[in-house]
Amino acid sequence: MLRLGPAITLALLIGPVAAGLAGAALPAFGYLPALGGNTLSLAPFRALFAEPGLTTSVALSLWTGLASALLATTITLLFLAGWSGTRTFFWMRRMLSPLLALPHAAAALGLALLISPSGFLMRLFSPWATGFARPPDLLIVHDPAGLAVIAALVAKEVPFLLLMALAALPQTDADRLTRVAASFGYGRISGFAFAVLPRLYPQLRLPIFAVIAFATSNVEVALVLGPTTPAPLAVRLVTWMGDPDLARRFAASAGALLQIAVTGAALLLWLAFETLVKTIGCAMVRSGWRYRRDGGLRGIGAALALVCAAAIGLGLLCLAIWSVAAVWRFPDALPTHWTFAAWRDQAGATTGLTATTAAIAALATLAALLLALTCLENESRRARPPGRRALALVYVPMVVPQVSFLFGLQVLLLAAEFTPSLATVAFAHLVFVLPYVFLSLGDPWRALDPRYGQVATALGTRPWTVFFRVRLPLLAPAVLTAAAVGFAVSVGQYLPTLLIGGGRIATVTTEAIALSAGGSRRLVGVYAVLQMVLPMLGFMVALAVPAIVFRNRLGMRQAQT
Amino acid sequence: MAILKSLLAFVLVIAAAAHAAAEAPDPSDWDGVLAEARGETVYFHAWGGEPRINAYIAWVGEKVKARYGIDLVQVKVSDTANVVAQVLAEKTAGRDSGGSVDLVWINGENFAAMRRTDLLMTPGWATKLPNWRYVDTEGKPTVTTDFTLATDGLESPWGMAQLVFFRNLETMPDAPTTLDALADYVAAHPGRFTYPQPPDFLGTTFLKQLLVTLAPDKDLLSKPATEEAFAAASRPVFAFLDKITPDLWRHGAAYPRNVAALRQLFADSETDLAFTFNPADVSAAIADGELPDTVRPFILDGGTIGNSHFVAIPFNANAKAGALVVADFLLSPEAQARKADPTIWGDPTVLDVTALPPKDQALFYALTEDPALLPPSQMRPTLPEPHPSWTERLEEAWVARYGNR
Repeated sequence: MLRLGPAITLALLIGPVAAGLAGAALPAFGYLPALGGNTLSLAPFRALFAEPGLTTSVALSLWTGLASALLATTITLLFLAGWSGTRTFFWMRRMLSPLLALPHAAAALGLALLISPSGFLMRLFSPWATGFARPPDLLIVHDPAGLAVIAALVAKEVPFLLLMALAALPQTDADRLTRVAASFGYGRISGFAFAVLPRLYPQLRLPIFAVIAFATSNVEVALVLGPTTPAPLAVRLVTWMGDPDLARRFAASAGALLQIAVTGAALLLWLAFETLVKTIGCAMVRSGWRYRRDGGLRGIGAALALVCAAAIGLGLLCLAIWSVAAVWRFPDALPTHWTFAAWRDQAGATTGLTATTAAIAALATLAALLLALTCLENESRRARPPGRRALALVYVPMVVPQVSFLFGLQVLLLAAEFTPSLATVAFAHLVFVLPYVFLSLGDPWRALDPRYGQVATALGTRPWTVFFRVRLPLLAPAVLTAAAVGFAVSVGQYLPTLLIGGGRIATVTTEAIALSAGGSRRLVGVYAVLQMVLPMLGFMVALAVPAIVFRNRLGMRQAQT
Repeated sequence: MAILKSLLAFVLVIAAAAHAAAEAPDPSDWDGVLAEARGETVYFHAWGGEPRINAYIAWVGEKVKARYGIDLVQVKVSDTANVVAQVLAEKTAGRDSGGSVDLVWINGENFAAMRRTDLLMTPGWATKLPNWRYVDTEGKPTVTTDFTLATDGLESPWGMAQLVFFRNLETMPDAPTTLDALADYVAAHPGRFTYPQPPDFLGTTFLKQLLVTLAPDKDLLSKPATEEAFAAASRPVFAFLDKITPDLWRHGAAYPRNVAALRQLFADSETDLAFTFNPADVSAAIADGELPDTVRPFILDGGTIGNSHFVAIPFNANAKAGALVVADFLLSPEAQARKADPTIWGDPTVLDVTALPPKDQALFYALTEDPALLPPSQMRPTLPEPHPSWTERLEEAWVARYGNR
């Protein structure tokens, strides 16, 4: 049964993925009979490349994606290197972890309300400090270089990367390595960079790839904060897909393939950059310098991490204030009139929505955990398990742009006569949840010292007992973190819920986005807060359970910090 | 690879599959329709961005449940084009009955797209609804002509819309009521005016307003656009835009996304005047606290673009009889009068109020007066929409000129 794990996983995923890709690829080459496309041609690509400003859009996607990934990785590693194991680190981690739960759209909206010329910061300092009685005409959000998008992505991805790094850290023997490095006279940062990073980075690479893939193809952040003349490629793709002129779909599908190429190019550029850093790093190691005076750099690392937490936190505070603001005009620092009307009016609606959202997320996460554990346990029992390479395919949904991918998936489910239900939506979510569960669980699992299992087996323990009594408890924090990540990913899904649910299955997220089209900041605030609460509960459970269960296990407690 | 190939083949087969659509109920046999509708669940796909509208639809749901035994479920969509895409996906997959959309709130380009790809239920049903007799086809020609396309009874009118500008009386007592005055104002107050970025619905409507006001030969606009006709008609439009763009909000380097974003910029004092396509928007925003109560609407001299919005039934709807009954109820004087009430929604009626029985007329005359709604003395003519082909060309030309700097 266990042997079939990878096969079942791939069958469940590769079908939708292949259909999704076919659904994008066929129209890209002119084939979509429902729209009168019966012959293969390159016309859609010609139409795509004739779109004005396409080069700028592609460049923007690459630039914002790579710049934000680079900054987020640097800040995460700098902070980890400079402060790991300190009290500051403990508190910063507590502050950053819940931010991971906040969906990207809410984070972007919060940041926009914070930093725009009529935003919270300007209101706090106007008119007494700035002299502005009216918002200045400054291009702070929607700036042509996409700096606002980069800022939001960095602030949002630092907590993600930090959590991923923390999940992998216990397997790198970081504590002893840094102690040895310190005894040789290396500074904190150089000790970490020279001794721990080479072990840590391979486990962090996939999360970084996920960040790059998301950052180069995301829609919601770019829509709220990004340049509009023109917008990054993914945003334009969605516009073309939603164009009432259905013939635009051909060019949009060609654009979907281009988006895959852009994301692929970004990943290749990153790999090249890795080699460069490695070369420089090796030279630095060989030089023998200890880089002991790194206090300044450590300060910068902590300050940047703090700015990330503060930006998202204050943005969320803005959303929360807006949710109870009756009248809040520029330049008042706070609303002049308050109201709980939005919360009161939505109370009935939110209860049902929350239940649906949680049920779908729980279903998808449980299924993903079951599949991931089956595949990983299978690997643990076999020296060279079949299909391990093929399993890399589960990460494909993170790289394929959702819109094009989902159209194919939608057609497949309809053809199979599935009526939209909680279960079909959960299945669609599974496609996107499973990669993240695999991502956060796979590396820690594979990095677990196999000798624990070998010793247990040598003592005559049956394989399933080894799994339940040795591997699962040792990896419980990683399993729970993976579950929380999967839960959060499911809660944040918009397009899969909308398309596969046929609009009949409403979650907190679909409701939030439907209401945000009307632009009542009060309602956007209510739903942004709700969107954050659900996944945050998941993460609280993931942190609390091991802390309680392992309160008498010193080694396990260390493994978590 | 073999798996992929067979999958491809599978997708192709289902994509090509086509079956005859299920038998549609006949609205001329209304008792039969009512009998069939009882117990059905109608999924009404309607834009869900406005809580007041959602509340109105919930009220409709209560009424049709009590009277006709129909369960009405509003599926709140953020963009109607997604609904078109959804029905298209169902058609692609060969699902010709039992579709997920029973009724959709629609007009203009989306209607044109559904009509072109045969995604709508058999023509003629709308004019056979019992309440059709009250519809004002004479005084409100847009109820049968959706963006110059004859509706052919493929969709049933629901409400009316007109482009309405607004400004704060205290800061701007004299509103610019011509395009020239608007251009002068923008030049004198740089950074205080903008419009949603086309192809957003309202942004495109602004372009169309420029087109119908400035085009030298207005007769051409009701016919499909040709290359030469478009070049001639759009020249003054782009001359106007070239003039104001450097003085727009953010110098035209960024534009708000949609009507809500435009209104919020105005609410945040970033801009001095804004516009909307729902005449009751200002009143609603004042009641909500978003806008100060000194904001007043105005219409340009010579009138502004206006149209009607409709409900339509997809070809594969699961509850066609129920959808017909709901569409008819939406047309009833009772439902239309409630919809026109500014404290409920404020959406103008499609009915000819003077032709109604006195009892029903009273419903409309009892409506509250609202200073943030235009009094009849300040109403201006509704200008017809140009043919949809103009819209597409305008959007493309705008994107090419201003959409990438």
